[in-house]
Amino acid sequence: MVPILGLLRGDTSADRVVPPTGFTARLTVFTAAAMAFLAVFALALSLATARLADRWGTALAQGATIRISAPAEQRAAQTEAVLRILRETPGVASARALGEDEQRALLAPWFGPDLPVETLPIPQLVEVVEDGRGFDAQGVRLRLRAEAPGAVLDDHSRWRRPLVRAADRLNLLGLGALTLIVLTMAAMITLAAGAALAANRQVMAVLRLVGARDTYIARAFVRRFTLRAGLGAAVGTALSMGAVAALPRMDAAGSFLTGLGFSGAGWLLPLLIPPLAALIAFWATRYAAMKALKEIP
Amino acid sequence: MIELSGVSYGYDGRPLIQDLDLALAPGSFHFLTGPSGAGKTTLLKLCYLELTPDKGQISAFGKPAKQLGRDGIAQLRRRVGVVHQDCRFLDHLPLLDNIALPLAASGQPIEAHAADISALLEWVGLDGRADALPPQLSGGERQRAALARALILSPDVILADEPTGNVDWEMSLRLLSLLVELNRMGKAVLIATHDLNLIRQAKSQVQARVLRLRAGRLDVAGADL
Repeated sequence: MVPILGLLRGDTSADRVVPPTGFTARLTVFTAAAMAFLAVFALALSLATARLADRWGTALAQGATIRISAPAEQRAAQTEAVLRILRETPGVASARALGEDEQRALLAPWFGPDLPVETLPIPQLVEVVEDGRGFDAQGVRLRLRAEAPGAVLDDHSRWRRPLVRAADRLNLLGLGALTLIVLTMAAMITLAAGAALAANRQVMAVLRLVGARDTYIARAFVRRFTLRAGLGAAVGTALSMGAVAALPRMDAAGSFLTGLGFSGAGWLLPLLIPPLAALIAFWATRYAAMKALKEIP
Repeated sequence: MIELSGVSYGYDGRPLIQDLDLALAPGSFHFLTGPSGAGKTTLLKLCYLELTPDKGQISAFGKPAKQLGRDGIAQLRRRVGVVHQDCRFLDHLPLLDNIALPLAASGQPIEAHAADISALLEWVGLDGRADALPPQLSGGERQRAALARALILSPDVILADEPTGNVDWEMSLRLLSLLVELNRMGKAVLIATHDLNLIRQAKSQVQARVLRLRAGRLDVAGADL
């Protein structure tokens, strides 16, 4: 912490001993800006997929469907039995049998709006909404088998799990991309610092000969690269946040792409990227400088 | 203050200095002569620990060099003013900042020593050149500036490698006078030089020991000087 505070305070005499290096300066600023830009998108992707996994998991976990395929004369009795079982089942917030119009609407995308539902052997559907605790699906299945043999419970777990798993993996991919971006930034800043240090070997040798300690010499380079990386990352982050903010707003359908972005306090997270970039530059340059200085007597 | 004992050093397995003993005591004044390539610069580098001996011991200000870490070596160099043959300036800094470099490197504010820097610049005849960049200086000016930089921290030991190599006779005498004056203040001085006239001139001003480096060995020069 102390070296970082010292770095922020600066040492004008130490700063001046290092000659200006146009190319490496521009390279560092550009690298940091580009990496920060990508990092913000990777962060947005990661947060969006985390939200998506949460939403899918929660929304699907709170709903279930019971399908009643029974002969016409038993259908009403079994529907009534199912509703009774559900009323008695802890964890069920509400349950209702779908009307003919609702069932027709569900089938309309496949069969058109004029489907004569009443003449077809279409199962009766019962929509079940869970409360926060959830219900015991296995227990309900056992009771249904005994009291309404034509009823089948579908708690959506068959297709909920792969969706949630896919969203979780996307989230991991986003975090992985973020980690790779950070490591790449560290590598590129180390390379740029290494190039600057190699070009200034004579400067370092003169400073050693007049009695400068390694920390004094390293500080001059470290401060320069840290500030450049911080500045570049700040520009990249600002541009990227602007780009994310300009993406289409999340609509009611909540599709994945329109949901890419930050929400609420999530907008503060990208602001951590410039200080993180500066910190990476600090340690990367310090490492490169100390390594280079070891070769100078 | 600086003592070399049984020191040997060579490049690429070829010995240059062999089993050499040298002591730079406070108030001592040494000239180091010898043919080109005899190892004069190497010997100076060993004295300020830019080189590590292959064999033997070096101690500086009572501490064995081997026990000094990198920070210890940096501290030592603040007590040893070195005038390099090639001067070694930072070409992007004006002369004033180059001369003040040891102050900055040792964490001392340059402003507090502004009067010292001005006095030194004036003494070496560069008071009008403070803002000049090193590449704009003549050989003689660079040599004088190098001497000023070596003296800015008022070191205990002054090592000079051909300090009068690029200056005229008048300036050589001025530089010699300064070094003699510093020696009278108790500072140890070691000058590597080819300039036998300078040595003869110095011997009339100070009790100087003249060492000759030849075939890796150091001996005291005789009456031919």
